[in-house]
Amino acid sequence: MSARDLDRALFDYLLRLGDSPLILAQRLGAWVGKGPILEEDLALANVGLDLLGQARMWLSYAGEVEARIVGKGRDEDQLAFLRDGGDFRNLLIAEQPNGNFADTITRQFLFDAWHELALDALTRSGDARIAGIAAKSAKEVAYHVERSGDWVIRLGDGTDESHAKMQAAVDRLWTYTGEMFAADDDETALIDAGIAADVRALAAPWRQCVEAVMVEATLAIPASAYMQRGGKQGVHTEHLGFVLAEMQFLQRAYPGARW
Amino acid sequence: MTKEWPLWEIFIRSQHGLAHKHVGSLHAADAPMAIKNARDVYTRRNEGVSIWAVRSAEITASAPGDREALFEPANDKVYRHPTFFPMPDEVKHL
Repeated sequence: MSARDLDRALFDYLLRLGDSPLILAQRLGAWVGKGPILEEDLALANVGLDLLGQARMWLSYAGEVEARIVGKGRDEDQLAFLRDGGDFRNLLIAEQPNGNFADTITRQFLFDAWHELALDALTRSGDARIAGIAAKSAKEVAYHVERSGDWVIRLGDGTDESHAKMQAAVDRLWTYTGEMFAADDDETALIDAGIAADVRALAAPWRQCVEAVMVEATLAIPASAYMQRGGKQGVHTEHLGFVLAEMQFLQRAYPGARW
Repeated sequence: MTKEWPLWEIFIRSQHGLAHKHVGSLHAADAPMAIKNARDVYTRRNEGVSIWAVRSAEITASAPGDREALFEPANDKVYRHPTFFPMPDEVKHL
């Protein structure tokens, strides 16, 4: 792969890293004012803002890499607010609807458990910028996974109603966990170059982490092996368009608007 | 179901190594959740290095009605304040 092709792959990879936290942050933001209790309302917003901060770092770097390729790169705001759905590279699980609190917590935990492992691997990236952003983000995500895992156990091993809602959420979201561990040709090239995290190697430790929590939560891991994929290539579920419509409205309607 | 989570009093120790200071209260189902919630509610702006959470019900408070008996006798005992010692000028920060 030529240096230019590697930069193209890197740009796409940085979008993958940045878009998942960006879209999930937007989802979590929708809980503000609607959390089950004040404390949880703030906690969801805090996690969302952590993720938004991480997305900013990844997308800013993506813009710099884009500038190396085409001479002029987009900044973080242009990448976040002016791209169309097909250009987003987030994992499908990030765009799934908030649903009820069990849905949100389950989505969060399945993602956090992967996120923590992926960031840990990225701290050893040969690209110093990637390693730096990952190290900074990893501290935040260590808390995210502790918090969401704690809730999975409380609600799974809670009342009959909370258990039923949690199990339904796990059953519904499980199909979106497969693509977390899939690498296409571009990503494989970056893995071989020592830049990207080898997500294929994360499936086993992720399963171990998730299983430990699920067992304590008395929740069953679905037997179905069918896994959705496409998010990382820009093929999304019908939900992303609605997320973007809300997230991007202001910059689309009033281009360049600032606080 | 009208079961409310119990109330917890939160104490945060600031960056400067001072004693834990009461910052407010919150609801949580148990102690670990109280610590997590305190982290999210009261340390968002880098306020602290340590959190204490105490069940509000576990705090014994003096009764407001006992104020006179408890505190007023101290009013006319100025000799309890260490203000009658001559201090050398060189000693600072007292």
